Amino acid sequence: MSSTSAVLQERSTEPGAPVLVVDDLRTQIHTPRGDVQAVDGISFTLGRGETLGIVGESGSGKSVLGRTIMGLYTTGPTMTITGRVLIAGKDVHALSTTALRDLWGGDVGMVFQDPMTALNPVKKVGVHLTESLRKHRGMNRAQAAAHAAELLNLVGIPEPRRRLDQYPHELSGGMRQRVVIAMALANEPALLIADEPTTALDVTVQKQILDLLERLQDELGMAIMLISHNLGVVAGRADRVAVMYAGRVAETADAATLFDVPHHPYTEALLEAIPRLHQPPHVRLAAIDGAPPNMIAPPVGCRFAPRCRYAQPDCTAAPPVLDAALVRGVADPRHSFACYHPVNAGGQ
Amino acid sequence: MAGSGVAHLRPETERVLAVEDLVVQFPAKGGHTVHAVSGISFDLLDGETLGILGESGCGKSSAGRAVMQLPPPTSGSVRLGDEELTGVTAQTVRERRARMQMIFQDPVSSLNPRRKVKDLVAEGPRIWGREVTREQIEVVLRAVGLDPAVVWERRPHELSGGQCQRLCIARALMLDPQVLICDEPVSSLDVSVQAQILNLLEDTKKRYGLSMVFIAHDLAVVKNISDRIMIMYLGKVCEVVPAGDLAERALHPYTRLLLESVPEATASETAIGGAQRAGGELPSPLNPPSGCRFRPRCPLATEECATVEPQLRQVGEGHFLACHNSGPGASAAA
Repeated sequence: MSSTSAVLQERSTEPGAPVLVVDDLRTQIHTPRGDVQAVDGISFTLGRGETLGIVGESGSGKSVLGRTIMGLYTTGPTMTITGRVLIAGKDVHALSTTALRDLWGGDVGMVFQDPMTALNPVKKVGVHLTESLRKHRGMNRAQAAAHAAELLNLVGIPEPRRRLDQYPHELSGGMRQRVVIAMALANEPALLIADEPTTALDVTVQKQILDLLERLQDELGMAIMLISHNLGVVAGRADRVAVMYAGRVAETADAATLFDVPHHPYTEALLEAIPRLHQPPHVRLAAIDGAPPNMIAPPVGCRFAPRCRYAQPDCTAAPPVLDAALVRGVADPRHSFACYHPVNAGGQ
Repeated sequence: MAGSGVAHLRPETERVLAVEDLVVQFPAKGGHTVHAVSGISFDLLDGETLGILGESGCGKSSAGRAVMQLPPPTSGSVRLGDEELTGVTAQTVRERRARMQMIFQDPVSSLNPRRKVKDLVAEGPRIWGREVTREQIEVVLRAVGLDPAVVWERRPHELSGGQCQRLCIARALMLDPQVLICDEPVSSLDVSVQAQILNLLEDTKKRYGLSMVFIAHDLAVVKNISDRIMIMYLGKVCEVVPAGDLAERALHPYTRLLLESVPEATASETAIGGAQRAGGELPSPLNPPSGCRFRPRCPLATEECATVEPQLRQVGEGHFLACHNSGPGASAAA
């Protein structure tokens, strides 16, 4: 599952230039024990109004990918980043610190998993929201406050005026996440990176938040990168899904295809490991044996090979390349996978 | 919903665990009281798994801990076999409780980081002054899928989250429990590891003849492992349903809301847009609503719901519902 040159294909219906271009992105983290290749050659593009879901288990590199795209991680003593990230045409890793600050909260917004750590506990909700409005839009105090109240209304918080004067701890978890989303959306970003936005929330609140993101996407036309470990969350919300394993993309396709006819054994195994509501109780789950590889010295060939039930000798020789799936002999530009021995490949 | 009642309890002779009218309250600032669990009853048959399902703040963990007397409930009765655990001395509780073991959500923080696997496993019996042989420890480690030769000298930080959860199960098994109480045992684990642990719990239950209380918020996980499911909301029971009937036959408006909110990883799910909006949030347990506690969020709520608390009544085979306005025999108010 390597992806050195392959590109997650842009939807053919996509008008205009992509909002986000990621080209052969690699993030290497230097640790006392050795170098961790957390993101290892990932490329894709994301168009206006489109949602890309990134799924993977802990340690797959999905969050590092999001933060590297954001420009939160830069080359320095602890990290080396190669490849290119373009957000609205700007090369993120070539920007100055000042230019990055203009980018954040301007062209790109980010929603993190834990709303409590994303909010400053000693600042009122209103301060969180007006800060970026005043910086990016040059609003005065009163204008910013009025606009902040509108934003809270937009994300479905009742009594927005009163909420502006409250501290984060006075809000419930769902309300806090709405505030974080309102902050991310304050300047109508072209791109929203949502890293596990609903993982800390209850299932009924999760649905409210995901519905909200979908509605705002329709209204504002932003592109969303939705990072989640929960395949269900991604299945319902993403146009395209990329499955990550050990720093690489194992498979990518539009959501319906991926869940219906997965070609990569890891995607198949993940889908089988999830308990389903429509199954009878006590159905034995197909667990994936073993654990993800040590990323300081990952396996040479396919990184999933040691856990894969279809592994052959060639899997451990060289990493498979992320290539387009064939449908009746014709390459399907919307479905790619990195595997020598794909499953459900009868049509090939 | 959010009702009381005992219609779902079974004959005394068949139960290994019986919990009646359990109340858990905590003092809060300003002389207020947090009503975590408000008079719930449930029981457990030999070899049965009862799933307790609910969102954060519904009291499911408080209920599980109160059964373990950690801390003892404000009122109510907990009986393990023929022995009462409430209203007896701390020493008696310790003795009687030994055959009931608990597994927690965060396996790493529930293990002493400075002790080695071999000592962690032997800790329980040693507290009771029992000799533990190396062989006994090895047998139980193998039973939970850990290789004694590999993990013997390791400390918890040298194990993965899944391995730590296996270790916690091994520790529980050393005391030869009758009842295992699992509080969100897989919610901090990845899906592939979650499946391993769920399979292990199922195998362990059969092999050691355990009965289990499985507390979790994930509907599909609870359905997979349970025989019977109790759905809680704000300290009350809404519905008790056979696990196989959860998806198709559950009736309570709150259970339906939960079912409609679950995103499923299927191709068909991708076709569904933002369907019905799930309304409202959990009211405060400091000042729970009168009558049915789900009333402020319920689409079926009527005046009766504000004044009369619904009681559990039988609506099907093994299926009990606490709601005035859903299910057969609903009062045709409004």
